[in-house]
Amino acid sequence: MSDIEETVESVQVNEDKEFDVEVEEHIEDEFAVDPTRYIFYRDRKEWADLEPVPQDDGPNPVVKIAYSEKFSDVYDYFRALLKNDEKTERAFALTADAIDLNAANYTVWHYRRVLLQALSKDLKEEMKYITNIIEEQPKNYQVWHHRRMVVEWLNDPSEELQFIADILSQDAKNYHAWQHRQWVIQEYKLWDNELEFVENLLEEDVRNNSAWNQRHFVISHTTGFSDPAVVEREIQYCLNQIRKAPHNESAWNYLKGMLQDRGLSSQPGLLERVLELKETHCSPYLLAFLFDCYEDALENIAQKEKVEEEEQKETLRKALEICQLLAQEKDTIRKEYWEFLGRSLRNKYGNGTLSDEPMAENPEPSISASQSQEAS
Amino acid sequence: HLCFSFSSCLDASRPWLCFWILHSLELLQEPIPAAVASDVCQFLARCQSPTGGFAGGPGQHAHLAPTYAAVNALCIIGTDEAYNVIDREKLLDFLWSVKQPDGSFVMHVGGEVDVRSAYCAASVASLTNILTPKLFENTTNWILSCQNWEGGLSGVPGLEAHGGYTFCGTAALVILGKEHMLDLKALLRWVVSRQMRFEGGFQGRCNKLVDGCYSFWQAGLLPLLHRALYKEGESELSQQRWMFEQQALQEYILLCCQNPTGGLLDKPGKSRDFYHTCYCLSGLSIAQHFGNMDNHYEVILGKEENRLAPTHPVYNICPEKVAQALQHFLRMPVPEVMLNFAPNKGQRFCKGSLTFS
Repeated sequence: MSDIEETVESVQVNEDKEFDVEVEEHIEDEFAVDPTRYIFYRDRKEWADLEPVPQDDGPNPVVKIAYSEKFSDVYDYFRALLKNDEKTERAFALTADAIDLNAANYTVWHYRRVLLQALSKDLKEEMKYITNIIEEQPKNYQVWHHRRMVVEWLNDPSEELQFIADILSQDAKNYHAWQHRQWVIQEYKLWDNELEFVENLLEEDVRNNSAWNQRHFVISHTTGFSDPAVVEREIQYCLNQIRKAPHNESAWNYLKGMLQDRGLSSQPGLLERVLELKETHCSPYLLAFLFDCYEDALENIAQKEKVEEEEQKETLRKALEICQLLAQEKDTIRKEYWEFLGRSLRNKYGNGTLSDEPMAENPEPSISASQSQEAS
Repeated sequence: HLCFSFSSCLDASRPWLCFWILHSLELLQEPIPAAVASDVCQFLARCQSPTGGFAGGPGQHAHLAPTYAAVNALCIIGTDEAYNVIDREKLLDFLWSVKQPDGSFVMHVGGEVDVRSAYCAASVASLTNILTPKLFENTTNWILSCQNWEGGLSGVPGLEAHGGYTFCGTAALVILGKEHMLDLKALLRWVVSRQMRFEGGFQGRCNKLVDGCYSFWQAGLLPLLHRALYKEGESELSQQRWMFEQQALQEYILLCCQNPTGGLLDKPGKSRDFYHTCYCLSGLSIAQHFGNMDNHYEVILGKEENRLAPTHPVYNICPEKVAQALQHFLRMPVPEVMLNFAPNKGQRFCKGSLTFS
């Protein structure tokens, strides 16, 4: 019997269901409903005192963005906060929503930093926050700059090298990550393990130019490249990497970059070691390196008068031969450049007696517009 | 009529959208309707900050990147209405507010430093005639310290050489008249080595992938270096070609970087966007045009209709627009500012008038 009564009651309740649902939506405590349901700021009672500020794009806007309702709502309220220079907890919470919608909005980030200071927020918590954001959006300028500011305020770099290593494990060439890493290392003098870190990265990918750059960074700021033992070690390292991967431009660039200030011909035996490699590990980079050695030798020969004119002519001949080989056959994409270098070198070191050299004169190419059309 | 909907991730880059689109249209020699031009002027006026400089959108803080983009966009429009949008005195205040004692500039107040900022500052200051040596004190040395062991320039000293940053640093030095202080030979070797022998396009860094946008950032360096070497007395420079494979770059752009429904892109498989459209077209223009007003030599791959307008390798707007802007602003006095690297401090007065503020 009670069941029937209950049924009658439930029928009554069902008829009133619509009213009940309305009542539910008007319940002040929003957590009675799904607490994760997103509510627009315009519908939040604790924001009712603030008048949202619509964006002033003017009467005839250009490059209009199709904002979502959520985006417009958040930013209308952000603009209101900015206008009132409000420095409250709720403002701080809103910046997270604004950032989530556009992490490149540097105005919001700046405001968040102002609030972090004004509200004496827990910066360790902020570190967790920025860690997550960077993991999601590692190629954004603002997030890395924000992290740097927080690290500076905390004066605590203890998490940085590990964090950056993690980001680099996902993209070993992320420019922002390397920039942050160099800043941390230099600011807090964390040089000790970095060469090892670099070597591990090069072990994983010997073609990682960012890692080669970091190698140069560490050494130039620690031992420097003046110590002959260091230079010999680095030359050895380069040549080993070149033997493993002969067409790795980074290794060749590093070899040259390390030695160019003192001059490539200042390193005894290096030319010979490279000439050895030429037979089995040749590449356009090896040939370019040889050219650079010869050019440097000419530079120095010119200063030492006791060198045989014959020797100078021979060095010049070898340099020009390489230019031509690169321009015509081995590195034709850079033909204009190698031919320029050849002309330049001949102009600088050559003289009238070089008429019997093997290299033919390279006249200016005279491709006309119509000829180039046929090339399509 | 322009029914594109832009992504909200560009909400802090709207002057860039104006520049990318206007520059693309000028390269394509598409006239910009007067009404559109006027609308752009009014919009950019709303992006101008009351404290000077331009922001990513109305109500945002000023930032050197949208400032660069806005000034360039206004110079492309080139009407008096456009020029009049720029508050030169406030712009100078803004540049001082982001200047650092070591010669660098932050991108915005409370923001990050890298070599882009020097280029943005030098570009807008020179075009609008507010440039003084004092504003760029130490900037030359700071930029020079960005040239690294690879021969290219990095974003900040110590980092890897990168095409975008190399362009910014080099172009800034050209504006300051100091490009000869770079190791030009090392820079030349680095940039020519960035052209990919198979793809024909350019990579941004050694051992990374080709990307259509580097058609401008990297290839655009060759005209700058050509002129720099010429000024240094280099006698063996070609009189017809830049020192990169112009045809190969045009092939890469035309054959690999076009979206069949319009627009250009990074590499096949990527989606089109206005940034890549702007810089692929800019690079195509560089590859098509050698020389200057007096000596002009063209290499046009494909139909004559593929010919784009020439672009200025320093500012990346058409050379006529550069000349016109310079002529307009050089008639005005350089504003004077008394500031100590801090915003909101100092007074300002204009030479030739007696306004104090």
